Amino acid sequence: MTTHLGFDFTPPDVEGKVSGEIKYAEDYKRDGMVFARILTSPLPAGRVANIDASAALRMDGVVGVFTADDLPPSPPPGNPTLASEYVTYVGQPILVVAAVTEEIAESAIDNIRVDFERRDFVVDPMESLTPGGKNAYPEGNVLIRTREEGPGGTPIIGAEIRDIKWPQSAIDAMRNGRNPVDGEFTTEWAFGDIDAGFAESVAVIEEPFVTMGYPHHCLEARTSMAYWENGKCYFHGSSQSQSANNNGLARMMNIDPGDLVFINEATGGGFGSKIGPYPIMAVAGNFSRMLNRPVQLRITREQEFYIGSARSGMQGWIKIGVKEDGKVAAVDLVIVNDGGSTGGGSGNSSAGHVTITFQPENMRYRGISVYTNTTPRGAQRGPGENEMAAVLAPITDKAAAVVNMDRVRFRRANVIDSDGVRSQSQSGVTSAFVREALDQGMRLFNWNERINQPKRTGNGNKVRGRGVGIGYHGAGSRGYDGLVRIGTDGRLYIHSGVGNLGTYSYAGTCRAAAEVLQVPWDRCEILRGRTDNHLPHSSGQGGSNTMFTHTRTNWVAAEDAVNKLKEIAAADLGGSPNDYEIDGERVFSSSDSSQGLTYAQAAQRAIEMGGRYSGMEYPDDINPITQRAVQGIQGTGLIGVSKDNIPGQGQPPGNVVGFTEIELDLDTGKYEILDYAAVADCGTVIHPTNFMNSMRGGAVWGVGMANLERHVYDPQNGLPANTGLYQSKPPTYLDVPTSTRAAAVNIPDPQNPAGCRGIGEPTQGASVAAIASALSDALDGHLFNTAPTTTDMIVNHLAGNSYSTQSLKTNTF
Amino acid sequence: MNPQLTRRRFIKGVIFSGAAVTTGTGYYLANAQTGQSAAERLVTLNVNGRSRPVDVLPSETLAYTLRYKLDLTGTKIGCNRGECGACTVLLDGVPNYSCSVLTQNVKDRAVTSVEGVRSANGTLHAVQQAFVAENAPQCGFCTAGQVMSAVALLNSNPRPTRDEALQAMSGNLCRCGAYEHYLNGVMRASGQIV
Ligand code: FES
Ligand code: FES
Repeated sequence: MTTHLGFDFTPPDVEGKVSGEIKYAEDYKRDGMVFARILTSPLPAGRVANIDASAALRMDGVVGVFTADDLPPSPPPGNPTLASEYVTYVGQPILVVAAVTEEIAESAIDNIRVDFERRDFVVDPMESLTPGGKNAYPEGNVLIRTREEGPGGTPIIGAEIRDIKWPQSAIDAMRNGRNPVDGEFTTEWAFGDIDAGFAESVAVIEEPFVTMGYPHHCLEARTSMAYWENGKCYFHGSSQSQSANNNGLARMMNIDPGDLVFINEATGGGFGSKIGPYPIMAVAGNFSRMLNRPVQLRITREQEFYIGSARSGMQGWIKIGVKEDGKVAAVDLVIVNDGGSTGGGSGNSSAGHVTITFQPENMRYRGISVYTNTTPRGAQRGPGENEMAAVLAPITDKAAAVVNMDRVRFRRANVIDSDGVRSQSQSGVTSAFVREALDQGMRLFNWNERINQPKRTGNGNKVRGRGVGIGYHGAGSRGYDGLVRIGTDGRLYIHSGVGNLGTYSYAGTCRAAAEVLQVPWDRCEILRGRTDNHLPHSSGQGGSNTMFTHTRTNWVAAEDAVNKLKEIAAADLGGSPNDYEIDGERVFSSSDSSQGLTYAQAAQRAIEMGGRYSGMEYPDDINPITQRAVQGIQGTGLIGVSKDNIPGQGQPPGNVVGFTEIELDLDTGKYEILDYAAVADCGTVIHPTNFMNSMRGGAVWGVGMANLERHVYDPQNGLPANTGLYQSKPPTYLDVPTSTRAAAVNIPDPQNPAGCRGIGEPTQGASVAAIASALSDALDGHLFNTAPTTTDMIVNHLAGNSYSTQSLKTNTF
Repeated sequence: MNPQLTRRRFIKGVIFSGAAVTTGTGYYLANAQTGQSAAERLVTLNVNGRSRPVDVLPSETLAYTLRYKLDLTGTKIGCNRGECGACTVLLDGVPNYSCSVLTQNVKDRAVTSVEGVRSANGTLHAVQQAFVAENAPQCGFCTAGQVMSAVALLNSNPRPTRDEALQAMSGNLCRCGAYEHYLNGVMRASGQIV
């Protein structure tokens, strides 16, 4: 009987959020704390020739300056905390000044003279690939991942920068929507035989596409504060993850992870940009150690734009062959990623999305990721998959049209199911019920009826469009650790190393432990948010993965506790552990329920018995992080601890389908989203109200990608034009539908004991895809092949003007 | 990189004569460059119904004073330039972006921050309770601002239509996109969703 899974509850931090009492990194201060501010680069490319900080250091209240020289070197392709030899984007941090007040630190920045030498720069990847095109780094323009055979056969994974130019013919081909046959790529893979696949197709579609990068703009800028006490570094940071940060952050300060207390009670959004320790985190801890004072490094909104990471853009080309029965026979895909100043792109994941939605038997992917002198790029909500969903949806609609199939039925015929395979590896999934989701969505949205309604409703010069989209992201991993403790007060203490960026999966996953031990939720307490709460080894809180991953870890830790309860009862009351069961916070004899121990009594006995019962001993296979956590609580109760060794294979997918109706004003190019309905295939829904918020939040992100958000750089000077929230335009209340519907297939995943998989990322992909599909529908199948498709693009199309798709530019227009 | 620039030259002593910092008591003393006398800088604010004497620089924003001098960190700074609403507080009951208000200009106004909306016995305000019921906050960074805009709305319009609520809340950005849940929270707090 489930008492916790699928029922609403209030995560313990919600009250602190509505009352303002919960603390984010910037809310902490410390006696003697000094304030640090960053000097950033005004240039898109160059090097620092000289720094003269003498005037600043003479100012009353200035306590120190911290530069790249104070950190280990980080040559390209590393993303340095502070730049020196390689300045590669406007806004890149150069140095940090600390003073006793923030005002003095700000003034001190103005008194520092930095001499730069300029270098060439480039803000568009295709420009950089063009013969004679500029490179973002002196060494070249392309990030290459390398893999060499190391000692004992262990591969050494590395990366280097190379200079790659395409022949003009390849550039021209891409810009004109044709295969860039003679372009050079750094990633290539294929399965099946695409020529044979295209040969058996009744229709072949070829389209170019472009998607823009855009900043994460987490509402909490990534301020940090650090101080040292008794040889330990106490670090208040803004991170998506908790335990997954420990080792990397400790490395940044060159200390043992056991000497780091990472404190992160709440995080004001991450969206992929704060999964692990990010470069600027190296400043507060090291500077604090140097100054022997607490240091707060405050990041401004503008700086958050610069260093807060952004989605990679892509310029691409796709060719799709469709058989008479509507099955996609072959796909040929090319992606040129805009890797910004860090060079990496998500093309492989974009290709993965294509394999999920089409399940082609024959496919080729060619990709290359090009540096530009724009902000660093990193994972952003469904990186690769979601922007691919955006441009693929209208192209999919076109494919359906050529074989005269309904758009939903076409998707249904092609999409992955539980026996399907994904990505380059063509490996399996734990389960997939996207068809069921499409069926449910059609009913929820009333698809069959609505697509037959007239597009013109007599509301001025307005026209309606209806669309459907699919979002997908891998949603879980395996092999992490769980840790629970039953205290002598009989309460269940669930130690969670999962971060808290607002998804509440740290709490949802803990419900699994309460379920296994059948402890009422008000008798459970979650320990989290700071390392010295003794937190187990956990996955990074990203990639939609924690629900699958950490329901499993909490499940196995709780099962370990159940086994120990039974063993203790058998030791005290006779018989074998199998003679006992649990209920009502007691362990008791199956044949005589009066013979038993309360959890509180059993916890006391665990302490007396010691050994593995009280955590004095623990399994060999748990991570050192978990070992330290167990050592911190050993002898204080009955300890349940285990690595997730649950057997199984395949990737747990997160799938969402979205349906929408829009009304487009043909005079202004603006559209309103009249209705949005989405259905998730995420296994068992653990926390229904939070599931709804997750679905809706992702849908809002889809609106941003569909219509509003993009980088804009000035190609003459390499300056970003929209660093603020207002200009980079995350959706507001007025941009989004606010009465939407969401549902779930709710078929349990067989490889998760709680039945669940994650859902954070594909919520956006489904939404952006459905909107793009609806926009195309409103315009009788017109393909913009862009994300976002902004109002000016729509207006230009309506006016019969060309728009920017053809030139395939990212960052500029 | 810069041979003349040694570590020794970049770190100064940690004891200062002119500009001591007393973070323990929650305010910073003497930025000697402002040219304003200490008497002019010392103001008494009415915050959450209490008189709060505080040393305020002429260029200081209310968000800064609340957060860094009065320890009222529930008010958040998302942009510091009037673009997000995370810093929303009430001035005489009217929502304002506290990052864009100079503290020296609100000496005669009643300032209400998120810390001031609970009832005297500590019960959460109806808006806060409704936001809990709707599980409205995601990351929570915009939440204080959303609470304040909703409280102001319901004070002036206890039973708004959904569209009136939407308009009233529209100055509060939520990067997590939890709009619908906040809006449902407003309607719930107004008794229109039960
Ligand atoms: S912080 Fe004041 S509006 Fe953003
Ligand atoms: S809940 Fe994260 S910004 Fe609103």
